[in-house]
Amino acid sequence: MSVGLAHYLTVAAVLFTTGVFGIFLNRKNVIIIMMSIELMLLAVNINFVAFSVLLVNDLVGQVFAMFVLTVAAAEAAIGLAILVVYFRNRGTIQVEDIHMMRG
Amino acid sequence: MPLLPAPDLSPALPEIALVCAAMALLLVGVFRGDGSARLVSWLSVAVLVAVLVLCGLVGIERRVGFYGMFVTDAYAVFMKALVLIGSAVSIILALRFNEEHRIARFEFPVLILLATTGMMVMVSANDLITLYLGLELQSLALYVVASFDRDSVRSTEAGLKYFVLGALASGMLLYGASLIYGFAGTTEFTELAKLFGQPTRPSTGLIIGIVFVAVGLAFKCSAVPFHMWTPDVYEGAPTPVTAFFSVAPKIAAVALFVRFLIEPFGGLVVEWRQVIVFLSVASMVLGSVAAIAQTNIKRLMAYSSIGHVGYALIGLAAASPSGVRGVLIYMAIYLLMNLGTWAVILCMRRQGQMLEGIADLSGLGRTQPGLALALGIFMFALAGIPPTAGFFGKLYIFLAAIDAGLVGLAVIGVVASVIGAFYYLRIVKVMYFDEPLASFDRPLAPELKGVLLVSALLTMLFILWPDPIVGGAELAAASLFAR
Repeated sequence: MSVGLAHYLTVAAVLFTTGVFGIFLNRKNVIIIMMSIELMLLAVNINFVAFSVLLVNDLVGQVFAMFVLTVAAAEAAIGLAILVVYFRNRGTIQVEDIHMMRG
Repeated sequence: MPLLPAPDLSPALPEIALVCAAMALLLVGVFRGDGSARLVSWLSVAVLVAVLVLCGLVGIERRVGFYGMFVTDAYAVFMKALVLIGSAVSIILALRFNEEHRIARFEFPVLILLATTGMMVMVSANDLITLYLGLELQSLALYVVASFDRDSVRSTEAGLKYFVLGALASGMLLYGASLIYGFAGTTEFTELAKLFGQPTRPSTGLIIGIVFVAVGLAFKCSAVPFHMWTPDVYEGAPTPVTAFFSVAPKIAAVALFVRFLIEPFGGLVVEWRQVIVFLSVASMVLGSVAAIAQTNIKRLMAYSSIGHVGYALIGLAAASPSGVRGVLIYMAIYLLMNLGTWAVILCMRRQGQMLEGIADLSGLGRTQPGLALALGIFMFALAGIPPTAGFFGKLYIFLAAIDAGLVGLAVIGVVASVIGAFYYLRIVKVMYFDEPLASFDRPLAPELKGVLLVSALLTMLFILWPDPIVGGAELAAASLFAR
């Protein structure tokens, strides 16, 4: 059996869904949410590269994947910085404790 | 492999100028130290005005740069003008507040300049890559601005919530972009328009992709059911930041939403119209109903802004030049009314303490008649009562919906705005018929007074001279349908 486009897309879809569920079901702490976000973005990258090589046959998808990687790094840096100031104020990063405001 | 010719940068001249100026101002701030916040703020406002002029000089004829990834046309210029005005006024509104809360740091205006650059790129996006980069440049700056009051639990919590949900939205949007790329074979809007500009039968994968991107964009402009971050972030973020959030990023997100659906996927309107109709109805209804129970005016304004996005999306659902014209007029008027309302909210301070309760406005009509009159005008405008500008915003939208055969949607819109009128008018009642409390701190900051006066006058006098906004919106909408 050879590995084809459908396999890549399935893996990406599974990873993406894991990421989304990780954000909503996780009751532990915010770091896990950050990891889930990274998981979603990496799933998208698999999609882009698989499409680029196996279906569309041009480089745009790979270029897009590079941009996504770069932006994901910046996003993680900013997210962690915000998490640090939050921790300084509250002394906790438990998801259940983030409820100063309703919602 | 032959080298590509140098890309044509001239359509992006305003963005390039803005980002260079932001870097220069960052240097100014660093070299002059902590006392430079006021200087850098005013310089930023000057830069935004200069960039606005530059946008006008670049002109309204359609030009494409960066190998087709970046476009400038009348639509882009109109929306960029709104975004730039929104950002500049937000910086002015923040001056006094930041000083009194000891968060007057020069990074604030610089971050707003960077976010504005992102918004301008969003408005001019002609490719999924540009769309994503613009959106992220905007969002990354906004996450930081939301938690700008870094010693306050509420502000940092707002930033954290906004970050998590914003990143989720970006993920959705990207997943959609990857599906569109895979099933259409291109990310460029011009190419996509050639494939899907006429009614065709698209593949299921492409439809799923479009829906994912639409979900991401609905998050960014806080349409129901993707609005859950809005009330919390609006309440938690420092008030001038909330004022900024409720105008510039929202206008940019709506602009991007309209361009994304109309330009590349105009032929698939049958497929995406139902999604937009659902978003629009849900936003209008929730925006009016949920606001009734609010006691905090910042939360109330959050629900109000959700409702207004619902009205704007009616114009998008119409998917006609008059519908898009309606959206543009609506956003312009929304900018006016909202900036004015936030200027009043920033005046709500007693003994140096900011107040956020609606009950704190009690008897304002007797203690500070001028301020009460201004807030009254804005509340009537937000409710959409003639002869204020707010009425005309809704009128153009509903007319376009009826022309497009969406009578049911227009009726729901009218009903929702009647329900919404209840909570806007309740504020007027609190101001004029309740027992007065002590007056707010005087004197009001001169820049707040200026913003109040100008926006109140424009809101009232729009009826006399609507041509600049209506004519501009007409041109801009036509440019989106030109091909």
